Amino acid sequence: MSTEPEYDKITDTYTTGHEWDGIKELNTPLPRWWLWTFIACTIWAIGYWIVMPSWPLVSDYTKGVLGHSQRDVVSAEVNAAIQSRKIYSEKLLTADLETIKNDRDLLEFSMASGKAVFGDNCAGCHGSGASGSKGYPNLNDDDWLWGGSLEEIHHTITVGVRSTHDDTRISDMPAFLTDEILTKNQIKDVATYVISLSNNSVAAPEGAAQIYQENCAVCHGEGAQGHKEFGAPNLTDDIWLFGGDPETLNATISYSRKGVMPKWAGRLDPATIKGLAVYIHTLGGGE
Amino acid sequence: MSVQPETPEQKPTSIIPHENIERAQVDAVNKAGERSLYAARKKIHPKRANGTFRTIKWWVMIVTLGIYYLSPWIRWDRGPEIPNQAILVDITNSRFYFFFIEIWPQEVYYITGLLILSAIGLFLVTSSLGRIWCGYTCPQTVWVDLFLVVERFIEGDRSARIRLDQAKWSLSKLTKRITKHIIWLIISILTGGAWVFYMNDAPTLAAQLIEFEAPLTTYFWIFILTSTTYLLGGFAREQVCTYMCPWPRIQGVMMDEDTLSVMYRYDRGEPRAPHKKGDGWEGRGDCIQCRQCVVVCPAGIDIRDGMQLECIQCSLCIDACDSVMEKIGRPKGLIAYDSLANFERRAEGRPEKIHIIRPRTMLYTIFMIIIGGSIIYGLMHRDDLEVNVLRDRNPLFVKLSSGDIRNGYTVKILNKTHDIRKFSLDVTGFEHHFDMRTEGIEEKDANGLPIIEVGRDQLRSVKIYLSIPHNELKSTSIDIEIIAKDIERHNISRNITSFRGPKQ
Repeated sequence: MSTEPEYDKITDTYTTGHEWDGIKELNTPLPRWWLWTFIACTIWAIGYWIVMPSWPLVSDYTKGVLGHSQRDVVSAEVNAAIQSRKIYSEKLLTADLETIKNDRDLLEFSMASGKAVFGDNCAGCHGSGASGSKGYPNLNDDDWLWGGSLEEIHHTITVGVRSTHDDTRISDMPAFLTDEILTKNQIKDVATYVISLSNNSVAAPEGAAQIYQENCAVCHGEGAQGHKEFGAPNLTDDIWLFGGDPETLNATISYSRKGVMPKWAGRLDPATIKGLAVYIHTLGGGE
Repeated sequence: MSVQPETPEQKPTSIIPHENIERAQVDAVNKAGERSLYAARKKIHPKRANGTFRTIKWWVMIVTLGIYYLSPWIRWDRGPEIPNQAILVDITNSRFYFFFIEIWPQEVYYITGLLILSAIGLFLVTSSLGRIWCGYTCPQTVWVDLFLVVERFIEGDRSARIRLDQAKWSLSKLTKRITKHIIWLIISILTGGAWVFYMNDAPTLAAQLIEFEAPLTTYFWIFILTSTTYLLGGFAREQVCTYMCPWPRIQGVMMDEDTLSVMYRYDRGEPRAPHKKGDGWEGRGDCIQCRQCVVVCPAGIDIRDGMQLECIQCSLCIDACDSVMEKIGRPKGLIAYDSLANFERRAEGRPEKIHIIRPRTMLYTIFMIIIGGSIIYGLMHRDDLEVNVLRDRNPLFVKLSSGDIRNGYTVKILNKTHDIRKFSLDVTGFEHHFDMRTEGIEEKDANGLPIIEVGRDQLRSVKIYLSIPHNELKSTSIDIEIIAKDIERHNISRNITSFRGPKQ
């Protein structure tokens, strides 16, 4: 409904003349520049549709004549970040591991970048806190299969364990039962003997030491301290990769264990592997 | 809408009274009855006023503009490698410097406090003195005033400017207009230029700007602020206050009947009528309809219509009216700072009263004292050493091959001084021997405690590992303290944390 504008005494204002069921609208006008701004914004929006990606289509979207893409912006930013890290990553590449460990800047860079790389590549097996699980070593402790020095950690990451790398780490413990080297009872005895090495409350069965010396000491050593060159674990501590209970040990001795880790050479660039080695070394168990 | 109804307006006057008082035929820009759905802006040509309030406004303008343009250039020596600019928002290094105060990002609550303090200060001022902020110190008001100075200087005062507006285009009009806009643009560029100096070392940036070597973002910001200054100061002017700014709407709730505001004393001025020299003043009001209050108004309104949204209370109408009252020999203050309560008091024959101290203003003052006091207390007791200890949670603890239990901690030391400092790290809370290992720290003191060097104004994060024999762990958790001690200044930070182990 539109009627003639009326003068409203109370507000000293005229009405617009619009009326709905007796409700009248006072005329408090918008400034005209506001209207022009609105029109300008609308025109701007149309221009924006043309030059920028905007409308969704069935399987694509309108690209816009400027060819702007947020994906390109992100890759440019990622490249810029890589460039800005170059001073460190180039230093990492040339510096030897001991130097990295003693250079505060390089150490902090390695610890930060190593943590990210670890989360992306290693945490799947070793856990986000690097504490491992059955079959995957805990990297926080000081018990190392292949050595915990910076160089050894670096080498293990580079070549992997039972990987496709030519120089891969490989240990070959026989499956004492399936290979018919020991009988079930002998295995049970030697398992108990191994437990007794780290647990005073367990007594070693008679003759088990003899079996150990004849079959196991070659790799694990006469004192059962292990041998890192062969990846033979120390059996005198209470840290077990697959478990230290009699059943698990029986199974380990009977059928052997063949854990694997991929080689990272070729997947990660050398500087990244160096940073990762330093990071793992700083987790607390580094030698 | 094209219907323009007849307006209930008083008829224009044609009597020439006092010869030395200029009279104007002018209507308020917000005059009722002349509104359409979309109102075109009516150009306002404010006349220059003279008097007490104009003088105050000149001084406020000089001081506020002076602060704005000059403060980035004040130097403040803080020692080597630290910026020596007194006021600096260092975004790259995330620091805020204000003379002797330096704030780190995690202390942003000081700035929050300052903003709250400013807001309540504004409430206090508004509830006691009305729109003082709008009328005197708001950047929009100050810059519009500055732009008007330029306009007046080039094009003359009100009537000359109206004539120029109406005149056909000529060389002289063109010259005046171009000159005015060039000066406006220079002011705008200086305004935008001054802004970026707060975020960068001013002398360095100034040199870079001149040689076109400054970062592109800097030019972008200068461009933005130049455009807004030019647009808002030169063209939008009172439209900003009337339509864009939220503050005029908000402040209504802070004002009450005792708030002092610029008001036309209608009880004294009405009935208004032109006045001839020699006529008496009986049976009429003091307002002689000269409309000088309207012509000086930067918002182009008529204060005699009462309190209204558009009025920024700049007080220039007081100056205009006072000088008229002086000339016609009537007392000053027909337009003055007054409160609604005083109108009532006068109507009832009671004496006028300025009632500033009231519950509302007291409350605002108390809030200001509490918040201001807290900020000052906080700043005075701000520790230049802050240590955060983060215990490793993944894993909670590690069993070593010897059977020992080990926990890892990340110790973050914030050295907020401008000196390189060295801290020793110690641990208390273990009954017996414990072993501490730090990553990347070679230096040790006489007791074998690690010494950590932290650069000036820096944070250093250090990884430490504590281990104790398994049999010494009596429960799953032991409360311990990691103590960082400045080896020269001897201030100490004790940090309570815990040492965890497996279930017994």
